[in-house]
Amino acid sequence: MPPKQAAEAIDAVWRIESARLIAGLARIVGDVGIAEDLAQDALVAALEQWPESGVPDNPGAWLMATAKHRAIDQLRRRTMLDKKHEQLGHELAARRENAVTDLDAAIDDHVGDDMLSLIFTACHPVLATEARLALTLRLLGGLTTDEIARAFLVPKATIAQRIVRAKRTLAAARVPFEVPRGAELTARLGSVLEVIYLVFNEGYSATAGDDWIRPALCEDALRLGRILAELAPQEPEVHGLVALMEIQASRLRARVGPAGEPILLLDQDRGRWDHLLIGRGLAALERAESLGGAHGPYALQAAIAACHARARTPEETDWTRIVALYDALGQLMPSPVIELNRAVALGMAFGPAAGLEVVDTLMTEPSLEGYHLLPSVRGDLLAKLGRFDEARAEFERAASQTQNTRERALLLKRAHSPTASSSGDS
Amino acid sequence: MRFMTIVKTRETGAQPSPALIEKIGKLGAEAAKKGVMVGMGGLLPTATGARARLANGKITVTDGPFSEAKEIIGGYAIYDVASKKEAIEWTRRFLEAHIGLWDQELEVEVRQMMDAPETGC
Repeated sequence: MPPKQAAEAIDAVWRIESARLIAGLARIVGDVGIAEDLAQDALVAALEQWPESGVPDNPGAWLMATAKHRAIDQLRRRTMLDKKHEQLGHELAARRENAVTDLDAAIDDHVGDDMLSLIFTACHPVLATEARLALTLRLLGGLTTDEIARAFLVPKATIAQRIVRAKRTLAAARVPFEVPRGAELTARLGSVLEVIYLVFNEGYSATAGDDWIRPALCEDALRLGRILAELAPQEPEVHGLVALMEIQASRLRARVGPAGEPILLLDQDRGRWDHLLIGRGLAALERAESLGGAHGPYALQAAIAACHARARTPEETDWTRIVALYDALGQLMPSPVIELNRAVALGMAFGPAAGLEVVDTLMTEPSLEGYHLLPSVRGDLLAKLGRFDEARAEFERAASQTQNTRERALLLKRAHSPTASSSGDS
Repeated sequence: MRFMTIVKTRETGAQPSPALIEKIGKLGAEAAKKGVMVGMGGLLPTATGARARLANGKITVTDGPFSEAKEIIGGYAIYDVASKKEAIEWTRRFLEAHIGLWDQELEVEVRQMMDAPETGC
């Protein structure tokens, strides 16, 4: 096989198999850092051998077998060391020898559990949020350090260090490689969903940089969400999150104009929405609801997104229902940002004055200070009420507060002609 | 980025065996578990379909079967993957699943779908 073709095939196999490989190994060695090293070693072996031998029939199994042999070597060496130092009791050593014998059977079973354990470990609360993001993309998404660095627009060394530290923290805190049970499961699942949604959002509405969206990150998050939905099909909020992401992603190509400028929801060409993704999103939402999860935070947000997805024209949007959904969401997790969105919906359902009334109560909200969407929404409502001078000032303020160049340009444009129609989140 | 893989074969009347259908189903489930399967499906014989053609400003519709066709589309899958090489790897696995279970020659077109701006989400 030509070297280039082999390298590409290996790259693809790695992307497809690495998470399961690392997960299976982590359960044996009890440490995701060591597991990743072992998996990497197997990858190096593939890079050496496959260009000569060709890609094996079952490349995933080949990588697993190779990594397993190395794991066995390591365990034996460790066991011997342990014996020498007499630091571990006889029983533990015996258990490790058993672990070696049972490796084959052990790795092949519980693939799902291993993958779940890996997700829960990578998103463990002992890690800072940015470490969770990096580790999740690396271990579950199969992204290289370089790819993660490019996605988050930070230097490669920063991400590399973040990942090394994260693995060290997990080892130092002796975080067990397992799926949490009972009440802990709910809390820990929240952390996993949060990480996935953060990745999605960074792609959907980039907080920094020149591009308004970075679709590759949305895709990574969607894949992680779909994986999780397969692994934990009984968890309604997982389906809620998947529904939310599928429906939001359905608008990606309608969300950016020819010059890279953002196009807000109500101005989008709905013919460009992706109906395949909408269909998947609505199905996932139905799944969440049928599991009794209609009132989970992600399911509620998905239900709001679904209201837009179902409307063939902006005028058909069921704003009254959206207001009700925001009411429910606000009660579940009171937040000024949700209140701001509710104000937008109120403005659409019952007129701009109703929306403005709510927005005005948020003007002194400390957590919204510097949040560009507050003046942006207020400016829009003022413009609809014909108060153009005030609207202009709000748009200018919003433009000065956003970090995203594309968004700033849009806001400045509206400041110059506040009568131009536009509204809503996107 | 999304890829549609279009499976082409000769229409001989041969139907996939239950063993083959099961194997392909398993592969699809595997792709779903890995978060990359967006949708897949097989197509019934062309006798149940039709062809619509625009030529010289005139539209003609012909019912199946397409007996003169050298090859026909037998099925498709849509993958959401990070690269073309991944789509190719899934396609390789799909073809591999047919070895020993399908006599006809098979060809799969791997085509990137038009998607989000620039990067082609």
